[in-house]
Amino acid sequence: MSEDTAQATELDPGVPILAMTQIAKHYGSSIALQDVDAHIHAGEVLCVLGDNGAGKSTFIKIIAGAHQQTEGTLAVYGHNRRFASPRDALDAGIATVYQDLAVVPLMSVWRNFFLGSEITRGWGPFRRLDVAAMKRIAKDELKKMGIDLRDVDQPIGTLSGGERQSVAIARSVYFGAKLVILDEPTSALGVKQAGVVLRYIAQARDAGLGVIFITHNPHHAYPVGDRFLILNRGKSLGLHEKADISIAELTALMSGGAELASLAHELERAST
Amino acid sequence: MTRTTPAFFANVRQLTEGKSAREVATALLVRNAMVLILLVVICYFAYRSARFATLDNVTTILIAAAPFALIALGQTLVILTGGIDLSVGSVIAVSAMSAAWTAVRVPDQLWLAPVVATGVGLLAGAVNGLLVSRFSVPPFVATLGMLTAASGFAYAIGNGAPINGVPDGYGAFANTEVLGMKIPVLLMIVGFITFWFVLRHTTFGLRIYAIGGNSSAASLAGVPTERTRVWVYLISGGLAGVSGLMISSRVISGSPTLGQGYELDAIAAVVIGGASLFGGRGTVWGTLLGLMLIQTLNNGLQILVIPPYWQAVIKGALIAAAVAIDVWATRRTRS
Repeated sequence: MSEDTAQATELDPGVPILAMTQIAKHYGSSIALQDVDAHIHAGEVLCVLGDNGAGKSTFIKIIAGAHQQTEGTLAVYGHNRRFASPRDALDAGIATVYQDLAVVPLMSVWRNFFLGSEITRGWGPFRRLDVAAMKRIAKDELKKMGIDLRDVDQPIGTLSGGERQSVAIARSVYFGAKLVILDEPTSALGVKQAGVVLRYIAQARDAGLGVIFITHNPHHAYPVGDRFLILNRGKSLGLHEKADISIAELTALMSGGAELASLAHELERAST
Repeated sequence: MTRTTPAFFANVRQLTEGKSAREVATALLVRNAMVLILLVVICYFAYRSARFATLDNVTTILIAAAPFALIALGQTLVILTGGIDLSVGSVIAVSAMSAAWTAVRVPDQLWLAPVVATGVGLLAGAVNGLLVSRFSVPPFVATLGMLTAASGFAYAIGNGAPINGVPDGYGAFANTEVLGMKIPVLLMIVGFITFWFVLRHTTFGLRIYAIGGNSSAASLAGVPTERTRVWVYLISGGLAGVSGLMISSRVISGSPTLGQGYELDAIAAVVIGGASLFGGRGTVWGTLLGLMLIQTLNNGLQILVIPPYWQAVIKGALIAAAVAIDVWATRRTRS
């Protein structure tokens, strides 16, 4: 639910789309995320890097409204928000594309495209799906992304991984997302397909969207990213502007973080 | 696949494009294996008994099918979401007993009977739905609990005995003819058309498929999964209530054993129709075929005067064989 219902000042470019301060998430007594700061403006790509279990998915679930933060504030266009459900986040213009949860594989491409925001016509009990319009829009929107499908009636499970991701991105852009979160969009893809997805990220950024790109591959992140948040075991290893960090430093920070973690682990064992 | 059009007419254009008549015929036959199986069964009974293929007997089949049709339609929705409703048989019993009890208590206010029957069914469905969605109880367990509890209530209403002495007017619900059809048959036809429309052409229908196909994706896309699930169980329960009224009106009495085991025939009809018990796959057309196969077997085996225990054996074996052939045929079209 919104804690501040005032109209968002979307037109002021100085105000970040999303700003998170001192975000923490506890699951019972275990701490999944602690003291994380991050922000992103329109037309920027924020990369969130980290190894498995670093807290990346907890981080995005809080932004996407699937979980609520235990501590800290989350501001959309300068207004403090707390999302009670994915619907809340969507209404605030934040769309999330999950790597494996994004689609219903058995359903057709157009049904997936409009799932949750279907177009209907008619009135009362005669309200029915406007199938023709939805098929046409889905086909056109996908074409804009460079995916030319002969038949949007085919099950989305028959598309390639890169195409599925792109359908999901096209979908969120069409529904007016201001901020798109991509959860590991390239990790399950081959080199060529990953390139396709990176190009869509750049396209979305150039169209004025904010993109949060989650990955554990610095070589995918560096070329498109404007800002990098590195997570390690639930803690932030800092938020770095692209100007302040080289790809070598980024890679070193990620692996250095891992070394530090294993060192801490060894010390723990020595003391007991 | 999410085709929800009658399979017989679906994709005819795709099938016929650039193919010989023979290839088209084979494709149609293989795609509609269950239609063929039903036709073979019908032809066999018609051949064996002159009484089978008469208008009177068709009417008998339809009247017998009607109460099953309603719970099979409810079951279709539930199974499409990946759930199951085991309680419908017992809900039929408790609704029938409640309606008969009401009719005996207030014989001059018979309109109360359908209200009570439907209300009791909706109440049971609401409890199922809340248990499944809000309290995350697995549907099998939640509705198994309801099966037991509703059956207990059904016995409690009559202190363990059936309810007799129901006013004759009570029989009107099942026996009045409207548009040349008895009310239950009319309800069945309206039900099939309505459910076909809902699943194929409405947001609610699309979301039911989405929940069964990938519940988390649906939820993340903003589909109110909990509310939709509650509705689905509510509808299943309500239809069981109506079904209970029709059955007890037909025999102008209430008995706590009415509807016993009906849930299995309803589930069988849906599954014979090609629905997946994991959800997301199934059609109203398929349920109609499944229902008709079961009802035709019931009727035909009866007409051939086959002893009841052998009827059960034959019916069970044929249902399993029919599904095996259908699955085999479907797999052949895909490869």
